[in-house]
Amino acid sequence: MTARLLRWLVVGAAALTLGSLALVVGYILIQGVPHLRPELFELEYTTQNVSMLPAIVNTLIMTAVSLAIALPLGVFAAVYLVEYARRGSRLVALIRITAETLAGIPSIIYGLFGLLFFVTALKMGFSILAGALTLALMILPLVLRTTEEALQAVPDLYREGAFGLGAGRLRTVFRIVLPSAAPGILAGVILAVGRIVGETAALLYTAGTVASFPKSILSSGRTLSVHMFALASEGLYVDQAYATAVVLLIVVFGINTLSGSIAKRIAKG
Amino acid sequence: MKTNAFREKAMRAVFLSAACVSVLAVLLISLFLFGGGFPGMAKIGFFEFLFGQIWKPMNGIFGILPMILGSIYITGYALLLGTPVALLTAIYLARFCPQRLYRVLKPAVSLLAGIPSVVYGFFGLIVIVPTVRQWFGGNGYSLLSGSTLLAMMILPTVITVTEAALRAVPETYYEAALALGAPHERAVFFVQLPAAKSGVLAGIVLGAGRAIGETTAVAMVIGNQARMPAGLVRGLRTLTTNVFLEMGYSADLHREALVATAVVLFVFILLINLFFGMLKRRMLA
Repeated sequence: MTARLLRWLVVGAAALTLGSLALVVGYILIQGVPHLRPELFELEYTTQNVSMLPAIVNTLIMTAVSLAIALPLGVFAAVYLVEYARRGSRLVALIRITAETLAGIPSIIYGLFGLLFFVTALKMGFSILAGALTLALMILPLVLRTTEEALQAVPDLYREGAFGLGAGRLRTVFRIVLPSAAPGILAGVILAVGRIVGETAALLYTAGTVASFPKSILSSGRTLSVHMFALASEGLYVDQAYATAVVLLIVVFGINTLSGSIAKRIAKG
Repeated sequence: MKTNAFREKAMRAVFLSAACVSVLAVLLISLFLFGGGFPGMAKIGFFEFLFGQIWKPMNGIFGILPMILGSIYITGYALLLGTPVALLTAIYLARFCPQRLYRVLKPAVSLLAGIPSVVYGFFGLIVIVPTVRQWFGGNGYSLLSGSTLLAMMILPTVITVTEAALRAVPETYYEAALALGAPHERAVFFVQLPAAKSGVLAGIVLGAGRAIGETTAVAMVIGNQARMPAGLVRGLRTLTTNVFLEMGYSADLHREALVATAVVLFVFILLINLFFGMLKRRMLA
């Protein structure tokens, strides 16, 4: 009797989880797809067309700049932790703890820090650069951790083989270890892209909300998520907000499919 | 040969400095938050700031107790609503789910984690808020709407950690329970689940961290009135949304009070992180 009840409970819960996903995605797709009109993708943003094209371009720039900063830092840090550091060293423990702390900090605190540090103290103003630096800090622990796992998964035999052939540590890292860990690192990067694309709270006060193409990396620009937040909270452009939500969901689908297929390839070996 | 040795050393230094960036980042964040927040707190008075029930920046009154309670309430209710579903789903995924269905459910859970908070917030705005208004009264922008939305948002976090914890329990536990005559369900619920206790708790704590830190989605559905929480269908404000909504136009002491609000949030997060780290280490031990 208890057994059957428990079985019903777990099945019901799983159905509820799947159901809430279906509800969110289904509702937004059904309501939003009819609003995907060509004028939403016009070159120039005006209050008439509320084009999201500049926001899409801003999102791409933001993603590229954030990754350009966070990827080398995260990968190099992971290389140090896995390939160089002595086990049980105090510094390594400190780095691990701080990375874990960074991973738990909510995006609004990153946004506030970005405003105080990059925007105000370093005088960058509301700019793509300030936003990208803030996001880079935010995704750093993610890149670090996934790279670390990928490096640890490379068999020691590879390293011993390289050393045996006379390669130095550095050559071993760049020629042998990193290439074998590439798919794992890529999976982490894709997750990071997902966080960048979906971020609002950390960007509102660092990259600002200007809805046009940026002139340079030092001009303000809203990403697609910030654009959607502006549309939804102004209350005047609900249809356009639906359409933007559809585009965001499509991006998230793409990112998830991509990281899923990479994970599968890694699992196959 | 000499250049090689030099290159090795130089790159080692580069790797090391990259590794120190996260230490530097935490230091800088703490410095700027505490440095920006403490003077304001001192000016307002620590007690008045933390336990003051009124937040009226225009009149120079800065009490954030409503927001502290708001954050705690909304996180508490979100956990109350979300945790049972998440735990049961994790148990289903780890122990009941047929292979074929798993290939659908697992990506579904990571998709839930991938949906941006602004999309969740919009969904809350157009679906949850009107539903709450219709069924429970009030204007719909409420504690109930916020915690329902958050409950959905923390599902993937709690599910993922709990499932991993359940899978980490040695198979022998389960088999021993079966050998003693327990049916599958009992073996899972009364042997495996208790064995995974630390991991399950870690998942819930991580979910709490996500919930208390969530900003955009919550801001869109809770009404944001800066007053003491007054019931499930009434509006309220959290620490995160206080910073989010007012930072744009604040100045002077108001701005310092907002940074100080973030400091309080930061302390909550640090405590949660500490607790999570402790549980995780116990899980691995």
